[in-house]
Amino acid sequence: MRDLFTIALIWSTVRLATPLILAALGGLFSERSGIINIALEGKMLAGAFTAAAVTYAADSKLHLGAASPWLGLLAGMSAGIFIAAIYAIVCIRYKADQVVSGTAINILMFGLPAFLSGAFFLSSGSTPQIPRDRLIPFTPLVIAILLLMLTGICWYVLYRTPFGLRLRSVGENPEAADAAGVSVSRIRYAGVLIAGALAGIGGAYLSIGQSSLFTRNMTSGRGFIALAALIFGKWRPVQTLLACLLFGFTEAVSIQMQGAIKLPAFFATLLRQTPGDDIPIQFIQMVPYLLTIIVLAGFIGSSRPPRALGIPYQKEK
Amino acid sequence: MKLLRELLFPLIAVIAAFIVGGILILIIGDDPIVAYKLLIGSALSWPDGIGYTLFYATPLIFTGLAVLVALRCGLLNIGAEGQLYVAAFATAWVGITFAHLSAWLLLPLCFLAAIVAGGVWGAIPGVLKARFGSHEVINTIMLNFIAVALVSYFTQYHYKTPGDPIMQTTEIGGGAHIARIGKILPGFPERIPLNLAFILALVCCVLVYLFLWRTKWGYELRATGSNPTAAEYGGISIRKQIIIAMTISGSLAGLVGINEVLGYRYRYYDGFSSSYGFTGIAVALLGRNHPVGVLLSAILFGMLIRGGIFVDAFTNNVTKDLVDVLQGVVILFVAAEALFRGPFGRFGLLKRSKV
Repeated sequence: MRDLFTIALIWSTVRLATPLILAALGGLFSERSGIINIALEGKMLAGAFTAAAVTYAADSKLHLGAASPWLGLLAGMSAGIFIAAIYAIVCIRYKADQVVSGTAINILMFGLPAFLSGAFFLSSGSTPQIPRDRLIPFTPLVIAILLLMLTGICWYVLYRTPFGLRLRSVGENPEAADAAGVSVSRIRYAGVLIAGALAGIGGAYLSIGQSSLFTRNMTSGRGFIALAALIFGKWRPVQTLLACLLFGFTEAVSIQMQGAIKLPAFFATLLRQTPGDDIPIQFIQMVPYLLTIIVLAGFIGSSRPPRALGIPYQKEK
Repeated sequence: MKLLRELLFPLIAVIAAFIVGGILILIIGDDPIVAYKLLIGSALSWPDGIGYTLFYATPLIFTGLAVLVALRCGLLNIGAEGQLYVAAFATAWVGITFAHLSAWLLLPLCFLAAIVAGGVWGAIPGVLKARFGSHEVINTIMLNFIAVALVSYFTQYHYKTPGDPIMQTTEIGGGAHIARIGKILPGFPERIPLNLAFILALVCCVLVYLFLWRTKWGYELRATGSNPTAAEYGGISIRKQIIIAMTISGSLAGLVGINEVLGYRYRYYDGFSSSYGFTGIAVALLGRNHPVGVLLSAILFGMLIRGGIFVDAFTNNVTKDLVDVLQGVVILFVAAEALFRGPFGRFGLLKRSKV
């Protein structure tokens, strides 16, 4: 257990938590406005694919050099916003069930990037490798500072600006907000689009920051972990950041520390394994999900969703 | 007239999805007409096309029915994926552990394992919702991941043939195999994995219909879904209904294990489900939340899976990912029903209870 907390592990935690933090903070704006964000996964996939494809094209076809990853990042963000816009129109304008349409977006974005890269890059669903010096050049320290700033900004916007007040009131009590002259649908559009932008950046970081290409389903459930972190963080920016770091840490542990943690004797007997065996990776992977279920059931404090979450708003005629 | 209306809307959604897919095929430089001809032709050829289409449709009928039962109670079960994994593994576990038993004992035990394991995994979010009011959507998503990890752990550490590079368990006892259709239907080749689980799926469609519309319990379940407040005034315990609905839903999803383990691979194969649980949502919605509709849309999606493989192989650029794209677009159109109904259409199918 002693070599668990190394510097490398801390940076690895930051790197792995980055896409989670971006997506979860984005999801925060959507959910606080009353729109469930199950589609975070799909938006991240859209961002990851577009960022990798654009960066590759900008570098190898347009020869933009060091500007390529920034163009890619912008494209990833735009892709997130684009998908969010479809989701927003379906949920807000047409009052579709948010969970169902979110699931639809996820299934669609599971297939579409692979479909497109199969055709554009003649691959089995991934983009070509991007050279190392054409990736987002941030060190973990810079990223950590940026993320802290982002969390601060989110907190400020949410709790200290008129927009934040309106956003929260629309998510809690849309009727009252409407009566006070706030446009419920406009605020909700804004919330969902912000979520799309941040989730898009989060996805982009996966493909052109952490790794150097897009691969099929490369988020592998990170959008859902971000959603879990949002719930675990009780729909608040700072707690959400901490939850993302915790979940990033469990992932870092499961990658880096394979073999370093031994199975306690009691569990070894329970699982019919030899004491002293490594702890199976699957148990570490389960941690975020188990924690979310426990906190949602109210065992560790209570986590209460925004009151109007998931309910389409029907303006009084 | 009513039936026509019910059929018309899903048809429009499917056609709209095919148009969107067609545009995408054009964008990537293939001919949509050729691709779609290939897709439908290869899915409906006799006997291979139809055999495989129905084989792929079988798990989707089960998951579609699972989503349907929960939806009729006002719950969205996104957890069919986890439920079917747990159930498939439990089925294999019984088939391996009691392999020496005769078919007369082993087969019912395996069926029971699938039903109970799926039911328990489905009941967990039901109990959590009834007891703590926590949202079933979030909990089923979380339980999906937990199920996948748990089952992969048991496969890797306890039930794999040592040295086998593939993540799969050892074989189940011969008594637990169920017959392929080719064994029963003369002229139908036995190499096609379509098996008796398909017949079970048809039976389940009838049973779900009878349960929901011809029994008191089904009435109570639907009453809870359509108006929880009124149901409670009428003396129905909503909490109990939530747990019952989620348990039945989980059991139905669990029956996928019978098709997969007892009828097809004769072992548990880790990661076998290509999102059957999620496709089940599309199947139930497109099927207008009715068993007959579920059967029809499961067969449609079975066709897409079968045809997708051929489109992937025989066109220049189109891959089988087209199937996911079509699926996503279909659900999107079905969910945004108001899109087709104009400003006066009210969106009633998915009215769900709060919490």
